[in-house]
Amino acid sequence: MREITYVEALREALRQSMEKDPNVILIGEDIGVYGGSFGVTVGLIDLFGKERVRDTPDSEAALIGACVGAAMSGLRPVGEIMFSDFVVDAMDQITMQAAKTRYMFGAQVTIPTVIRLPGGSGTGAAAQHSECLENWFVHMPGLKVVVPSNAYDAKGLLMASIQDNNPIMFFEHKLLYRTKCDVPEEAYTIPLGKSRMVREGKHITVVAISIMVSKALEAAEILVKEGIEIEIIDPRTLKPLDDAPIFESVVKTGKVLIVHEAVKNSGFGAEIAARIADSPAFFYLDAPIKRLGGMDIPIPYNRYLERKAVPQVEDIVDEARKLARNEF
Amino acid sequence: MSSEKAVKKQTKLDEVMTRDEALHWLKIMLLGRAFEENAEELYNLGKTHGTMHLSIGQEAVAVGIRSALKSTDYFFNTHRGHTHFLAWGGELNGLMAEFMGKATGVCHGRGGSMHIADIKKNIIGSNGILGSSTALSLGYGINVQLKKTEQLILVIFGDGGANEGVVHESMNLAAIWKLPIIFFCENNSFAMSMRFKDAVAIKAISERACAYGMPGITVDGNDVLAINKAVKDAADFVRAGKGPYLVEAITYRVRGHSRSDRQNYRTREEVKEWISKEKDPIYRFAKLLNLSDEDVEKFGKEAKLEIKKALEFAENSPEPSIENIEEGTYA
Repeated sequence: MREITYVEALREALRQSMEKDPNVILIGEDIGVYGGSFGVTVGLIDLFGKERVRDTPDSEAALIGACVGAAMSGLRPVGEIMFSDFVVDAMDQITMQAAKTRYMFGAQVTIPTVIRLPGGSGTGAAAQHSECLENWFVHMPGLKVVVPSNAYDAKGLLMASIQDNNPIMFFEHKLLYRTKCDVPEEAYTIPLGKSRMVREGKHITVVAISIMVSKALEAAEILVKEGIEIEIIDPRTLKPLDDAPIFESVVKTGKVLIVHEAVKNSGFGAEIAARIADSPAFFYLDAPIKRLGGMDIPIPYNRYLERKAVPQVEDIVDEARKLARNEF
Repeated sequence: MSSEKAVKKQTKLDEVMTRDEALHWLKIMLLGRAFEENAEELYNLGKTHGTMHLSIGQEAVAVGIRSALKSTDYFFNTHRGHTHFLAWGGELNGLMAEFMGKATGVCHGRGGSMHIADIKKNIIGSNGILGSSTALSLGYGINVQLKKTEQLILVIFGDGGANEGVVHESMNLAAIWKLPIIFFCENNSFAMSMRFKDAVAIKAISERACAYGMPGITVDGNDVLAINKAVKDAADFVRAGKGPYLVEAITYRVRGHSRSDRQNYRTREEVKEWISKEKDPIYRFAKLLNLSDEDVEKFGKEAKLEIKKALEFAENSPEPSIENIEEGTYA
């Protein structure tokens, strides 16, 4: 198998989806000749033309609304928000229209659209170009939320998302774009709502989201030298959430650490923690449920401050070590 | 591309539609009126819960639009859309049952007065977020353009919705892509309590059309024929692939914004003037048909009878089942 980057995997998913289904179209800012702000759509306009790869002016509300309407009318549009932060300008179209219309209209319509949202810090882009906002959308019935952590998942989850009949918020992490892994050339899907056991371990369950999966893997390499074996689970989709494997793991390890880059306060980690506490797995806990997440501040510009604002490998190592030593 | 231009030359009825067609539209106006008067009554009797937005006195807009378009065209409604729904061919029973929140409602009791759609009839639904449908209409426009079906999309918003930012984005996008969309501003002179003249610094919303490179026109919103002609002109332009068109119809919201409106921003005299037979769109249209007041009242009674039957249907319909409360959230 060949190795390709996360960006290439996404592009391949878009290309193969568009080849297979003429109803798949792309709508976004600078996604045509320019190829998208992060290069995901490079070359697609040459293959499919400007009718299917639609460059828009800076109009997030209209472009997302266009995706929602096109989906209601029978197309399968994939919209791109250049930086996920800009989704604020399209919130009505996503939360009041895409999420609710099917329900409000008594299931008369389906809304098969995918909104791609590059997010995350680490690029020095500061407060308005660096947020992780995925959890906002978990709180909105009618949406699904997908958070691929590697190139293989990026392709399979994007193809599955495009085939799904619901509006999907597809959060890509900018620092993952250049990461590589083995990705099959043929088209494939990964079911939404199926978590991945990234690494087995017996001491601590680590639930890691998006870029935190690779950070947790790095932490595992350090911890293993100290005799601490962490088990890493990547939910891959926050909604639907495949929580059963998390419960099973907690029953096995008795300790759990949840890690995401999004702000910890009211973050998705709180939902996972609550579900564990709400389940029979609670009785198997040997320690408090621990969470690592972004600080309660806007993402700062300065590289040291920016790094400090979100969990790093050493934070995961520290927290896991404390859990292993019963220091909590 | 004149924007303020009103239709000066009076259009004659027989230039636009046959007498039978005109009678059909008059009856639809009366049916809409009867539906809404009944809705008010049901609310006052405590037989329905939730709010509603009434378009009494604005019925000419609904039939003026519908009579100018084809049933294969797509229609995006506003939150003040009962009569529009009926004009577009939506089933009265389904509308009434939806209003009553029943399982037999067109949206299975999920939407209510503010969210009524009949997708099979190309009534893409009313929207509780002002101006928002303009963005959704773009997607239908893209589909029609890709599939070259010669359909068009008419999307309505009010003078209130006109000031939402998304309308600006949508008109611009429709214009650069030459999408087959008629943007229709049903200007009923009030955005809740704010008068139109206090909400904008221009004379008419249609003046904005030139900012997007599309034609715009303002017509008398209580004149069925004027609206019909404007929409037909717009439809010819749009179907020819020339891009979107903005039509504005000036009318007057006779009732309050919603059920909770205290209406302390206008006088009773002002409202009285608009419900006079000289200004009431139903009587104005009936006059063109040479019908007497008695004729109108007779048709009005027939409409009320239809409403009564629909109400019986709705009242005898079951409530939606609690077990299926989640149905429709996800596909």
